[in-house]
Amino acid sequence: MTQDETTTTPPAEALSAGGAVVREATPADAVGGRVPRYVARPPDTAAAAELLATAHRLGLATVMRGNGTASDWGAPPSRVDLVLETTALRSVEHAAGDLVVQVGAGTPLADLQTRLAAAGQRLTLDPLVAGGTVGGAVATGLSGPRRLLHGPLRDLIIGMTTVRADGVTASSGGRVVKNVAGYDLGKLHTGALGTLGLTTSVTFRLHPLPEALRIVSAEAPDAETAQRWTHAVLGSGAVPAAVELDSHQAGPLTLSVLLEGAEGGIGARAQAVAELMDGAAVAEGPPARWSTLPGNPDDTLLKISTPLGQVARAAHLVHEAARQQNTTAAVSGSAGAGVLFAALPTAAGAAAVDAVARGLRTALDGGVTVARTAPALADAELDRWGDVPGLELMRAVKQRFDPDRLLAPGRFAGGI
Amino acid sequence: MPLPVTALIPRLREICGDDGVITDPNRRRTYESDGITYHAGTPGVVVLPTSTEQVAAVVRLCSESGVPFVPRGAGTGLSAGALPHSQGVLIVTSRMRRILEIDIANERAVVQPGVANLEVTRAAAPHGYYYAPDPSSQQVCSVGGNIAENSGGAHCLKYGFTVNHVTGLEVVTPQGETVRLGGKSADAPGYDLLGAFVGSEGTLGIATEITVRLLRAPQKVRTLLAAFESMDAGGAAVSAIISAGVLPAAVEMMDALSIEAAEAAVACDYPPGAGAVLIVELDGPAADVDAQFDHATQLCRDAGAFEIRTAADADERARIWKGRKSAFAAVGRISPAYIVQDGVVPRTALPEVLRRIAELSAESGIRVANVFHAGDGNLHPLVLFDDSAPEASEKAAEVSGKILDLCIEHGGSITGEHGVGVDKACQMPEMFSPADLETMDLFRSAFDPGGIANPEKLLPTPRLCGERPGVRKDVHPLVAEGTAEQF
Repeated sequence: MTQDETTTTPPAEALSAGGAVVREATPADAVGGRVPRYVARPPDTAAAAELLATAHRLGLATVMRGNGTASDWGAPPSRVDLVLETTALRSVEHAAGDLVVQVGAGTPLADLQTRLAAAGQRLTLDPLVAGGTVGGAVATGLSGPRRLLHGPLRDLIIGMTTVRADGVTASSGGRVVKNVAGYDLGKLHTGALGTLGLTTSVTFRLHPLPEALRIVSAEAPDAETAQRWTHAVLGSGAVPAAVELDSHQAGPLTLSVLLEGAEGGIGARAQAVAELMDGAAVAEGPPARWSTLPGNPDDTLLKISTPLGQVARAAHLVHEAARQQNTTAAVSGSAGAGVLFAALPTAAGAAAVDAVARGLRTALDGGVTVARTAPALADAELDRWGDVPGLELMRAVKQRFDPDRLLAPGRFAGGI
Repeated sequence: MPLPVTALIPRLREICGDDGVITDPNRRRTYESDGITYHAGTPGVVVLPTSTEQVAAVVRLCSESGVPFVPRGAGTGLSAGALPHSQGVLIVTSRMRRILEIDIANERAVVQPGVANLEVTRAAAPHGYYYAPDPSSQQVCSVGGNIAENSGGAHCLKYGFTVNHVTGLEVVTPQGETVRLGGKSADAPGYDLLGAFVGSEGTLGIATEITVRLLRAPQKVRTLLAAFESMDAGGAAVSAIISAGVLPAAVEMMDALSIEAAEAAVACDYPPGAGAVLIVELDGPAADVDAQFDHATQLCRDAGAFEIRTAADADERARIWKGRKSAFAAVGRISPAYIVQDGVVPRTALPEVLRRIAELSAESGIRVANVFHAGDGNLHPLVLFDDSAPEASEKAAEVSGKILDLCIEHGGSITGEHGVGVDKACQMPEMFSPADLETMDLFRSAFDPGGIANPEKLLPTPRLCGERPGVRKDVHPLVAEGTAEQF
């Protein structure tokens, strides 16, 4: 397309030239309260690349969307002209013998797991937000309970194809688990909230479904006890797949230890873990609210990463800080990996949220971010990220990948 | 125009002290190569900093003067990633070898980059913990070097690579800034620069302090050795084990030629007449290991193993591993020279690729010994030749190159653990498109706009790729002197 055509062709027509289905946006398409002008759904990577190239030429600010289950993560973009819907980028290429799968970004995670389960395998990623796509999982970088043993999402990704802001398609990694050729750019896109490019396909390493599982749960009367139990379980050689903490109100904390493995050994392992926690009960399935975020979908959500030795204390501090702000909190997450989420109710105002987050940052080592705000706080004055070491390097990476700041501008740390 | 590197020497002496700067040509030449001796060059100057501040000051000086720098750990690398630059500063971390903290409550160790890999495990062992990545050179290779190469090891099938075990880095960027990425906790806010830095081969800066995860030592470890008449039968056993849902800590395989070499070198006493031996190691909770071990043993038998040995204790385990661990050096017993290749194929393609390698060997008359991490399809073919014979090294290099082509053809990778460095930079375009490489270069330039951090490594350049790749002609110097093993 020549410069002349660019200026004369209506944008909607230009955007659909590569095969994307384009429509006018409606208020239901709003991202962080901003209603875009267009919604485009490319049928494949080539069309997505052409679409992004056109958007780049037209200077349209673009936000990626899968099933839209995490559109409220990060700060609201400062401007949104185009929502790029990935839902047509659906494909599953499962190399079962290699325990590897290549998946289109728009594939619903649940569909993928169903396919894999039929072959006795799984992607060891527990979704914390139900109903999302593979691309959405990558963009938010969320990892559920089993991250303790199998690693966070980023560790399961062995290859990725993305489209840059300028429409150039680039891959990194590959289709084998062991591979150190080139930079692992998939790491950058994981958790980047779509600010560095559009992920169109992801290759994952898989794990066999375990023969058996047990959950050993117990209620600790206080944070110190929960911390002691966590340390004992992790240090016991029981090799738990997950150690989850649930503290939906101030007071006792529930610890749930997930064990997976051979049928023959699971009973003895569960018994050994139960002996480390007073009053423990063994179950053959996960408890209610397993692998979910705390609180309600409209709550403000903090993500808290701490060294392992501070996890239970972190949960306690959240309740303390919430109480001081005359509000309440629900906390849950991986005690084993040191990553918790805290939900503050919709009624908590910006000042309260900010005070809780700041208080935690002062009291704990690690990171505390406001991952998602209640709708009313979308545009509130909030320090969502806290101090972000390496921010200048992050800005430099963004500058190289998206110099015109067209991809979800403002959504990420430091206004990236 | 960059300054000549010699102009930096007085300032370097101020920063690192007189004993921290090496200018004498003979002493500089001791750093001329890493584990790949056929890529060699004398560094312009060598510095041996003792602190992050010194590293930062040296790099800042390089940045201000436009002089390239090359980071180097213990020099055990196998891709010439630490090949010095004749007009550059070689920054060696060997004097930064303090273990700063063993923090059991948080399951972390904090170390300086020059600390040897195995020292971390030694320091954690009294507490019942260990550091999982175990590259074969772990007695001497540095943790900083492991960060640069994203090193693996025999047990990475189950435990992953260096990147899966690092939670924090202090990094001196190519502009001389000191930045902390992550720490003792997971999921640092912002882009995962930490994850992308690991494996960046010294092109994004120098890690000056490293925080790694410590794992609880497994309750039980069980090891078996199974002998098969053919590689196909051994390969079938590997497939059966993996598809049965058993995840061993390690699955290693050797062919007849490498068994012969190991026998000649260390008298490993593997079952006579074996066309392939398989080593399977399981670890974890005792009850789990026992159940899976019986299963794996049965699967080996079903696949036609004519002899199965199991290790009853640590000594017997060491005996089983002895042949495998000595295999690289052992081929020196049966061949005057050899090339160590490092390629990866999807595990299911292993039988086909091994057959094609055998054909290549038969067609060219060049012997190839196969030693590999079978569980994850990581091949280490050893291409044997007589360097005194005319054109033998060229022929061997050709066979070695064709093996990599086979890996790419089957959807694999040109390197599973040795890295790209100089050695494979020119093969990157066979695996990645120009747009892929350009995008990687964009990322690199975000860290290193001046292009001074380990230039001419990892990504292909016209100057570099005009040259012919060399071949390995002798045993790794560290192996020769007995301080390292390769496997």
